[in-house]
Amino acid sequence: MRAPTISIKGRAFGDRVLLALVILLSLVMVAPVLWVIGLSLKENAELMANPNSVFQAPYTLKNYINTIGTSSVFVWVRNSIIVSGGLTLGTLILSSLAGYGFARLNFPGRNVLFVIVLFGLAVPEQAVLVARHQIFSMLNFHNTYHGLILPGLSASFGVFLMTQYFKAIPKELDEAAMLDNASRFRTFWKVLLPLTVPAQATLGIFTFLGAWNDYLWPLISATKKDMYTLTVGMASTQTNFAQSEGIGFLMAQAVFAGAPILIVYLFFQKYIVTAVSGAAVR
Amino acid sequence: MDDRRATPRTALPAAGARTASVDIYAPQWRNFIFVAPFLFFFTTLLLVPLFWGMWLSFHKADTFSSGNFVGFGNYIRLFHDKVFLQSVWNTFYFVLLTVPTLALIGLFLALCLNRRTRTAAVLRTLFFSSSVLSVTIVTLIWRIVFIPNVGLLSTIYGWFGATAPAFISDPSLAMIGIAIATVWWCIGLPMMLFLSALQQIPQDIYEAAALDNANRWQTLRSITLPSIKRTFVLVVIVQIVLQFQLFGQAWLMTRGGPNNLTKPIVLYIYDTAFRRWDLGMGAAASEVLFVLILMAAMAQYLVTRNKAGQA
Repeated sequence: MRAPTISIKGRAFGDRVLLALVILLSLVMVAPVLWVIGLSLKENAELMANPNSVFQAPYTLKNYINTIGTSSVFVWVRNSIIVSGGLTLGTLILSSLAGYGFARLNFPGRNVLFVIVLFGLAVPEQAVLVARHQIFSMLNFHNTYHGLILPGLSASFGVFLMTQYFKAIPKELDEAAMLDNASRFRTFWKVLLPLTVPAQATLGIFTFLGAWNDYLWPLISATKKDMYTLTVGMASTQTNFAQSEGIGFLMAQAVFAGAPILIVYLFFQKYIVTAVSGAAVR
Repeated sequence: MDDRRATPRTALPAAGARTASVDIYAPQWRNFIFVAPFLFFFTTLLLVPLFWGMWLSFHKADTFSSGNFVGFGNYIRLFHDKVFLQSVWNTFYFVLLTVPTLALIGLFLALCLNRRTRTAAVLRTLFFSSSVLSVTIVTLIWRIVFIPNVGLLSTIYGWFGATAPAFISDPSLAMIGIAIATVWWCIGLPMMLFLSALQQIPQDIYEAAALDNANRWQTLRSITLPSIKRTFVLVVIVQIVLQFQLFGQAWLMTRGGPNNLTKPIVLYIYDTAFRRWDLGMGAAASEVLFVLILMAAMAQYLVTRNKAGQA
């Protein structure tokens, strides 16, 4: 569709129809978010009296002040940062080492092990959830940071990604370093690792985002309020939704939680899109 | 340290890079150290729970004990449980609602936005942006769209003096409401996958078509669509795997109601294992889900592998 720039009769009309459709779809994308932002800026009493009041002043920041005043939100943000950060760091270390190992080194059983690791890509979290929960109960890992971080470290995707990346680096580089009597680890650390920074960024952002947005495992593992991550914590405040009590407050909370991640997305868009598409196709 | 000794020794027969490279890639046990840390976590946190889960599914178990062996008892109970059968049906229904919609809208957007203009770039960013939000935020947004009185939908309907459909409470509409929120959330990925496929179509084919005076519809039908056939299949399978795992949207928007009509398999697992603490039966349900997802993953593997053969 992008290729022919030669104009053909009837093209302009067709283009306009397509444009109208795309604009309509983009409105569907944006309108709910604008609605949420609008509600977050209104007094609750006013909203209950007339929902159309969203479109008129007065607007207020009261809901945001209340959100920030609720100390729990900061605890949840802190928990999310610790869990996502810890998992990202761990994944990068484990995946880089293993990726280098599978791509460059030979050891007995390497190919079989790699196939088993690839098989891990096909195992959904739900298939291991119940057993994992029981094992963690026995180890007393629930409601701890390591209890939230550890399951993510078993994901194969990072190893798969890093193995592919290391394989694409010319072998002559390692060989030159080895001839200079550098050890395996030195070769890995000083020569190859610096070349994988783009893959590290992709994997790092993907892992962080996945952990930040994870809902199922934190929901069953972190059952104490002060161990909630942001996703679980926010979900827990939504229960009195039906009575429409404090809708503006809930909306302010949603904006407060969603805005940082959207800003990060705008900055790292390229890496995020690469990582997410790469993870899907494998 | 060890490496320094090893290299000269085997490089001995004929000096030079050639023999050294033979030596470097000889299998050695100590190389295992690099993959050992990952394999430790992979084994203890994925493989062991995987087999433990299978084992659990044949037992009557609670949180701290694995109880008695019951054979296929859990599976038999499972397939006699109307709620479970309902949840399997719900999951398929949800997949049927979302996957074709995601694939078609994603394809449409990719075809329209595959241009080098600034507007197209901005719109691509926009359509992908919802994908980075967490399920909590997405469901909060869509509940406030669907909610009566202050909801966006009821406000818009109100302008025309109409009553908005009750997407969350009406039994026949609840799943559709969840599907709408899901399509809104997940549309970015199919679009991006189609875009990257479109960019791999060689330009000269289009130039040849333009010279032959092919119109846009002909070009689309005989060049573009055949070239991305494989991607289309891939997108469908990837989405089937993803949407099979529906949980957060259903749990947060409807709690599986009304009348279990929006309860998917994962929510059934959650209810059974972590709210009724019947771990054996929960494990059995998760094995059923695993088999379903594994079949889709196998299909994906076959499609990806045939890439080279199909050209």
